[in-house]
Amino acid sequence: MTNQHEAGIRRRLRARPSAVAAAAVLAVLALLALGAPLLAALEGQDPTTYHDRLIDSARGGVPLGAYGGISGDHWLGVEPGTGRDLFARLLYGAQVSLLVALGATVVQVLIGVLVGLAAGFGSRFADSVLSRFTDVMLSLPTLVFAVALTAVVPAGFPRPLLLILVIGLLDWGGTSRIVRAQTLSLKKLDYVAAARLGGSPPWRVARRELLPALAAPVITYAAVRVPVNIVAEASLSFLGIGVKPPTASWGQMLSTATTWFRADPLYVLLPAAFLLVTVLALTVAGDAVRTALDPRERSRLRVGTRDGSRGAAEPRGAAV
Amino acid sequence: MTGYVLRRLGGALIVLFLLSALVYLLFYVAPGDPAKLACGPRCNAEQIRQVRGQLGLNEPLLTQYLHFLQGLVTGRDYSTGTGVLHCDAPCFGLSYQNDQPVTELLAARLPVTASLAWGAMVLWLLLGVGTGLLSALRRGGLTERVLTVFTLTGSATPVFITGLLLLMVFCAYLQWLPFPSYVPLSEDPEQWAWNLLLPWTALALLESAKYARLTRSSTLETLAEDHIRTFRAYGVRERTVIGRHALRGALPPVIALNAIDLGTMFGGAMLTETLFGLPGLGQLLVHSVRTVDLPVVVGTVLGIGTAVVLANAVADVLYALADRRVTLT
Amino acid sequence: MTTELDATPGRAATAPLVEVDGLAVTFPGAGSGDGGVRAVDGLSFTLAPGRALGIVGESGSGKSTVAAALLDLHRGTGARVAGTVRVGGLDVLAAPEPQLRRLRGGTAAMVFQDPLSSLDPYYAVGDQIAEVYRVHRPDASRREARARAVAALDRVGIADAARRARSRPHEFSGGMRQRALIAMALVCEPRLVIADEPTTALDVTVQAQILDLLHELREGTGMGLILVTHDLGVVAGSVDEVLVMRAGRAVEQGPVGEVLSAPAAGYTQQLLAAVPRVDAVREPRPAAAVRAAPDEPPLLEASGLRREFVRRGARTRAVEDVSLTVRPGETLGLVGESGSGKTTVGRMLVRLLGPTAGTVRYRGRDLGALGERALRPLRGELQMVFQDPVSSLNPRRSIGESVADPLRAAGELDDAGVVRRAKELLERVGLDPAWYHRYPHEFSGGQRQRVGIARALAPSPRLLVCDEPVSALDVTTQAQVLDLLGELRRELGLSMIFIAHDLAVVRAVSDRVAVMRAGRIVEEGPVDTVYERPEHPYTKGLLAAVPVLDPRVAGDMRRVRSAA
Repeated sequence: MTNQHEAGIRRRLRARPSAVAAAAVLAVLALLALGAPLLAALEGQDPTTYHDRLIDSARGGVPLGAYGGISGDHWLGVEPGTGRDLFARLLYGAQVSLLVALGATVVQVLIGVLVGLAAGFGSRFADSVLSRFTDVMLSLPTLVFAVALTAVVPAGFPRPLLLILVIGLLDWGGTSRIVRAQTLSLKKLDYVAAARLGGSPPWRVARRELLPALAAPVITYAAVRVPVNIVAEASLSFLGIGVKPPTASWGQMLSTATTWFRADPLYVLLPAAFLLVTVLALTVAGDAVRTALDPRERSRLRVGTRDGSRGAAEPRGAAV
Repeated sequence: MTGYVLRRLGGALIVLFLLSALVYLLFYVAPGDPAKLACGPRCNAEQIRQVRGQLGLNEPLLTQYLHFLQGLVTGRDYSTGTGVLHCDAPCFGLSYQNDQPVTELLAARLPVTASLAWGAMVLWLLLGVGTGLLSALRRGGLTERVLTVFTLTGSATPVFITGLLLLMVFCAYLQWLPFPSYVPLSEDPEQWAWNLLLPWTALALLESAKYARLTRSSTLETLAEDHIRTFRAYGVRERTVIGRHALRGALPPVIALNAIDLGTMFGGAMLTETLFGLPGLGQLLVHSVRTVDLPVVVGTVLGIGTAVVLANAVADVLYALADRRVTLT
Repeated sequence: MTTELDATPGRAATAPLVEVDGLAVTFPGAGSGDGGVRAVDGLSFTLAPGRALGIVGESGSGKSTVAAALLDLHRGTGARVAGTVRVGGLDVLAAPEPQLRRLRGGTAAMVFQDPLSSLDPYYAVGDQIAEVYRVHRPDASRREARARAVAALDRVGIADAARRARSRPHEFSGGMRQRALIAMALVCEPRLVIADEPTTALDVTVQAQILDLLHELREGTGMGLILVTHDLGVVAGSVDEVLVMRAGRAVEQGPVGEVLSAPAAGYTQQLLAAVPRVDAVREPRPAAAVRAAPDEPPLLEASGLRREFVRRGARTRAVEDVSLTVRPGETLGLVGESGSGKTTVGRMLVRLLGPTAGTVRYRGRDLGALGERALRPLRGELQMVFQDPVSSLNPRRSIGESVADPLRAAGELDDAGVVRRAKELLERVGLDPAWYHRYPHEFSGGQRQRVGIARALAPSPRLLVCDEPVSALDVTTQAQVLDLLGELRRELGLSMIFIAHDLAVVRAVSDRVAVMRAGRIVEEGPVDTVYERPEHPYTKGLLAAVPVLDPRVAGDMRRVRSAA
């Protein structure tokens, strides 16, 4: 793409304060996740050591001291029941969340683009088979299958990789559908016919006329997928089938928190806040990418913007 | 029309058949020895071999699958060495944990999930379609801002966070509501509703954000169409234009989405049921996965899959019925 | 049906039905500096009861904005409307809401352009008309309103109106929907009907029927008519007076006969000169000199072409047994209404589509027998100019790169040579070569069409298939692009196949013409012969339906049509 084009994208991204704020939040989160070992060392703690002295075993393990045991040694307090350092666990949890979400997004986009292109470019028969398959995948409840699949995987299989594969392999239908639709409508455009008439061989037509036009919707959709995948990882961990202890994860912390919400509210609020801020920032950023890549599109977060295609564009049932 | 419905349902049946094959292969052929799982951790090699025979695992794969399908249609008998356990149709097998037929387990859980789904749906439709319509009529300004924040946070917040916050506020802090525990509707309708209020609300907050956005955008989309201009140009009141013409055009996508969502809910709201400790299908699945109880996993997944596939088919039919512009061929 | 009687008939006869004075409409946003786009700028006109006025202009002239202002449809949209508008004595812009509602549809009714989207798809056509009737006659019963709706549908010539009233809009054809919209306008017996491009979406024969219907209704009911259109031919036979608009202002106003036969304003003269005439006897064209002797072998020869499409299991034949030849240097016109299969034929000739049956021979070689690779050297000689100036250029590539693409694919020139040649081509089609690096969205429709022509010329073609190359353009731009094509044809000795629905355009550029209907060629011959002495009844009907610029001739043709 041209410089002029890219400059336009950058200008549109900068013009939206919410996009800038979301980008800043995401940058901070990424730094926190990457720098988790460093920051934990700075605090002088690690995410796995039990601190029995800091919890009140008489009251079932509630942290001693106000606000979940916040102190100079434990900046955000400790985990009830175990006394592990909360600050360190939250940071290491960010690593898991972001790693799994990004990895799963890459898998989803790869499969989605491959299947979508094959359906869009291939024969009528290939198209009908692949589309039908995509429809089935789309109609399956992802979370249910993800949960069920973890039952048959050997216990030794690395969990983050398993989460990436399970989420990635189950939820690529949307990408594939978008790529197929785009390919089909692009194929019909006169400029593609003109390129064929101009004597360009098919691969050249695909590379010069079709793929650049596919990049924008694919990037856009990928950006929208990331927060969805964050929630998917958190949900699986919440159900107790995500990462294995002692690895920390926000969803798993929230799952433990269900028994502590009366005694230690902060233990609910902290991971919840981290999760929410991440998902919101990613959602806002994804929307900004979409509007920046295609100036004709308006923000879809603003309620009441027109989506073009009815119903179909609306996200399918969220994780319940 | 009838032809379309039949074709659509026929398609759904084919998908269900493929689904059953896929699920069967995935779970009974995948790594791990079902016999070892069924027998339990303390079994020796001899016992495992015995169980393998009882479960018919020595037969060829296709035969096993055919037996499974046959069990679904006619029921099946299992020998336990000492006697014969009969499993009525549709038979998904017996639980490894307690030899109970999976179908019975599912049937016991269904009322809980159904109570959760229907109640939540009523709430989210009221809340979502209501706010969506309201905001379509009052464009711009504060209403739009509030609604933007509501839908954004509502749809971005996982249901277990909303639920936890609700629990903290209403059970722990205000102490207005009990920690939910399921009371059957037939036993005590008042307690039934009272206990389900928090789970319903948690689900409705999540879902209604989506419905508010969809209702609003599809109402505005219809309002921008040319035929609306026609009726305005003929002196029809704005009230009538919106109530009669815009709303009519806005409803089909809402109806279709609702059918799909209800189907998904019927398939078990795993997160909600786990959080609130409701003994529904979702909780059954999570539990059976943790204990690696394969027949229950397969039965639940197939049950949920059926609910979802049928819901999708119903959604398509409803959409076609509601939107007469779709040609039914 | 008669017009409502005014309480004071004497006054009504003299007071104008419509009085517009100093109308100015400004749309907010996207504007040049000081707050918005001024779509209409100080427009004044009057219309006496029972008379008909045509408002004519090219796209962007503000003509539809004026039509909407007559019913103050801009109210509440954010547009700023200044000046005064009186319709039937009511000060429209100042009128309170209830009075305005009575005016809309009651005194003055609007017929919109796109008949499909202008009706609610969810309700039966008759119910929609009845709804409008009950808005203006609140004491009417449902039953009475329905009866009125059926009567109105009957009045506009919908056969079996009582049954068809229960159909939904998508069950109607385009012409029937337009009739239904007119029925909706008539049902409250308004004194004025405003028709905004009522025939633009319709084929020429249907257009003639709708215009005849409006004319006949006006004679029968004595209602006034304001007809907004871009087509001078539509105006000629349908109105008493005409107002020519350009950039929001009136450039000329007067009786239709005078304006069209002796236009005073330079713009009107330009506009009229640009309209291709279907009745124009062609001046002998230089191209004839280039044309080869009849015994020379044809450049392109198609025989027995058939094309089927499979849609949802059902086979439809888009093209059936089409045979045609093009000789070197010759232009063949291919004319037909929408759905006649002419575009499909064009695409099969350049091998963008494979025929289901039949052969295309180019310089004696069967294109169908050649593989994609063997075909490639010949591809360059068969080029196409597309209809839609938007979708025919890749929005992500500069226009220069689009033109250079075939040159690069040929691989005969080095990079500098490719750019130089592409710039030459841009210059040749009348564009500034310095625009090489600009993107399609920076250009107007006419300029983009020139880019498309430059791209088609790049591989040095011998045959150019032009598929409706000017139908998306305004009439003056259309004339310029047609001139360019004519020039290129003479200079480069190109053969052309010119596909269009507009009979006048086809006559202006073609040596021979083939008329298509429902996938078949019904008549073929030298262009003057076919236009002067058509043999096939379909060709005759088509020619009789073409709007002409002389109001008297238009009246004669209407009588011929109504007699037929």
